[in-house]
Amino acid sequence: MSELNSALEHPTYNYKVVRQFAVMTVVWGIVGMLVGVLIAAQLAWPQLNPGVEWLHFGRLRPLHTNAVIFAFGGCALFATSYYIVQRTCQTRLISDKLAAVTFWGWQLVILSAAITLPLGLTSGKEYAELEWPIDVLITLVWVTYAIVFFGTIMKRKVEHIYVANWFLGAFIIAVAILHVINSLAIPVGLTRSYSVFSGTVDAMVQWWYGHNAVGFFLTAGFLGMMYYFVPKQAERPVYSYRLSIVHFWALVAVYIWAGPHHLHYTTLPDWAQSLGMVMSLILLAPSWGGMINGIMTLSGAWHKLRTDPILRFLVVSLSFYGMSTFEGPMMSIKTVNALSHYTDWTIGHVHSGALGWVAMISIGSLYHLFPILFGKERMYSTDLINVHFWMSTIGTVLYIASMWVNGIMQGLMWRAYNQDGTLTYTFVESVAASYPGYLVRVIGGAIFFAGMLVMAYNVYMTSRRDVEVQPAPAAASAA
Amino acid sequence: MASFWSLWVIILTAVTIVGITWILFANRKREQQPEDKTTGHVYDGIEEYDNPLPAWWFYMFLITIVFGVGYLIVYPGMGNFPGILDWTQVDQHEREVARAEEKYRDMRDRYLALPVEEIAADPKVRKMGMRLFGNNCAQCHGADAKGAYGFPNLTDDDWIYGGDPATIKATLVNGRRAAMPAWGDILGDQGVSEATEYLLALNGRDVDDAKASAGEKHFTTYCAACHGADGTGNPALGAPNLTNGVWLYGGTREQIAHTLRAGRNGVMPAFNESLSEDKIHILTAYVYGLSQ
Repeated sequence: MSELNSALEHPTYNYKVVRQFAVMTVVWGIVGMLVGVLIAAQLAWPQLNPGVEWLHFGRLRPLHTNAVIFAFGGCALFATSYYIVQRTCQTRLISDKLAAVTFWGWQLVILSAAITLPLGLTSGKEYAELEWPIDVLITLVWVTYAIVFFGTIMKRKVEHIYVANWFLGAFIIAVAILHVINSLAIPVGLTRSYSVFSGTVDAMVQWWYGHNAVGFFLTAGFLGMMYYFVPKQAERPVYSYRLSIVHFWALVAVYIWAGPHHLHYTTLPDWAQSLGMVMSLILLAPSWGGMINGIMTLSGAWHKLRTDPILRFLVVSLSFYGMSTFEGPMMSIKTVNALSHYTDWTIGHVHSGALGWVAMISIGSLYHLFPILFGKERMYSTDLINVHFWMSTIGTVLYIASMWVNGIMQGLMWRAYNQDGTLTYTFVESVAASYPGYLVRVIGGAIFFAGMLVMAYNVYMTSRRDVEVQPAPAAASAA
Repeated sequence: MASFWSLWVIILTAVTIVGITWILFANRKREQQPEDKTTGHVYDGIEEYDNPLPAWWFYMFLITIVFGVGYLIVYPGMGNFPGILDWTQVDQHEREVARAEEKYRDMRDRYLALPVEEIAADPKVRKMGMRLFGNNCAQCHGADAKGAYGFPNLTDDDWIYGGDPATIKATLVNGRRAAMPAWGDILGDQGVSEATEYLLALNGRDVDDAKASAGEKHFTTYCAACHGADGTGNPALGAPNLTNGVWLYGGTREQIAHTLRAGRNGVMPAFNESLSEDKIHILTAYVYGLSQ
């Protein structure tokens, strides 16, 4: 790797750390999604929960969520943010050493998670399961990340700060605050701790964190990615500067309020539930602002979609983004939530964001990045990018459609009652009825996962200096 | 909530909503930019147009804000202000429960007035009972009520606490706590093994006669007090019959020895908090009917 790195050193920018994070994004994507397919299969075929507790659904589920959000998504954000901040500020990262600290530190965090979660060491907080020593390590890496990112912004060679960097900056600051506050705990030994919060307050802090992990990690961060790679790949100016101002400030101001919609009709006080719902509804327009700005950037360049599968990845990801940011506010309405809560609909909603938006925008951006990072004209095979595009799209659609059907069916079955006032169905009948949906989900997830293997092959071939890139498809040269 | 925190919530909410409304209007511009006019900023080759906010988007944003403000006037949200409807989720729940009570009262009273034995075979009662059983009992006793390791079979005629309607109902209402003490320290390995042989003999199994007769002495000393001199049990104490081949915790030599050595603690939860009187009545009839 070091020989390769020195051969590919850029005179101005630090591409090494970008390349490291980009490669690990593919690696962790494969790992995280493989675990996802496995646990989806465990739900369809419970016999796949073997006698060993490390491979049980309960232990692997947090491993899956942590691996795809923080390992795959996290590495994608590190790679692209380091690239974007250098390119749009026209300056090198302030410190190669600190950047390397974030790379190795983050890999250590992921490795610790991959060991401790199957062992059952968990703080029990969803998406924040890691025990306190790892939480401390995350904090240190994150502070270093903030120093590198904002330090680079401060010594930028252009006057203004590009909109992508607003979103990336907001993501870095908000995640630091959320992580530290939600993880506050009293340690009892190295592998155990107790949250400083309890009861309803604990639940509220957890979902304030949990929903803003979605809002700032999975939305703001990836919008930053979108704001660079969409105009770059489309070779068109961004649609509206003023729209980016309005939707940026509205998004960061309103998202932070939305957490209570995870706790409708619970012990959370009514006023907090109402505010969570109202702010979630108001969030619709600010969320869509990013989609409009991304998709409208293509005006005048729509024909490129016919020939450029990378642009297709980016645009379809924006469509899934628009869909799930419409679905989210709808699900936060209390009457809708009364049906959707605790059902597979929620899982479908999450994956329409996670697969359709987060993964596909990252994959598209990485296909733009890898040739630059490996000093090639383009990816080894454009056809394989196209194959990957269709696998991702079909996989995502199968996944979310099956969970919609399951979720609505479960919600309706749970609330159905007979003329005599007794419930029509027992819980286990709703589980049995969900079986076909679970099968379709395994298939959809497996197709999406297999697409990542196609990507890994394509990236590997692009990285080899002894292999020439394949000629661009005829259609592309005609366009 | 203290009035300070109430004010805190109100001010933060108002500042946020007013703030986003201001930024929305401050950036509203109707006139179209000349074609291809950018802001002049260039970032790594990326330029920016400054198109006006799409009208449909502007109005959608505005409508959600107006709806939000309206919602916070009608429903609780602004700190201690209860909203003009004075709605609470507790009230809503109580209203819905009361409505259901009202709707099903006639039927409930009709069944409650009839003795369990009479309604146990009624197809409607059996159907309701099956639903109630499926949601409340099947988790331990199984959907077919045939029990599992540690959870009694409710379809046979062996009852630990008694199978008459009144006793079944008492079990449902108050729950049961079984306590079989651990005899390992008192009997020792030899004693446990001997007592096990005697228990197997009571069930007509092939045993080591010498050990079994030694075990009988232990039984008379320690076990007969609850399980009776002949081992047929005592429903008043929840001490099971040990002579009929029904074993809650398994009937192999090893399992019986383990029960003797370590004791057992069975728990049947009380349902008087979660199920109303009429539902417990119907469930009693259903469970009673299972073994008839």
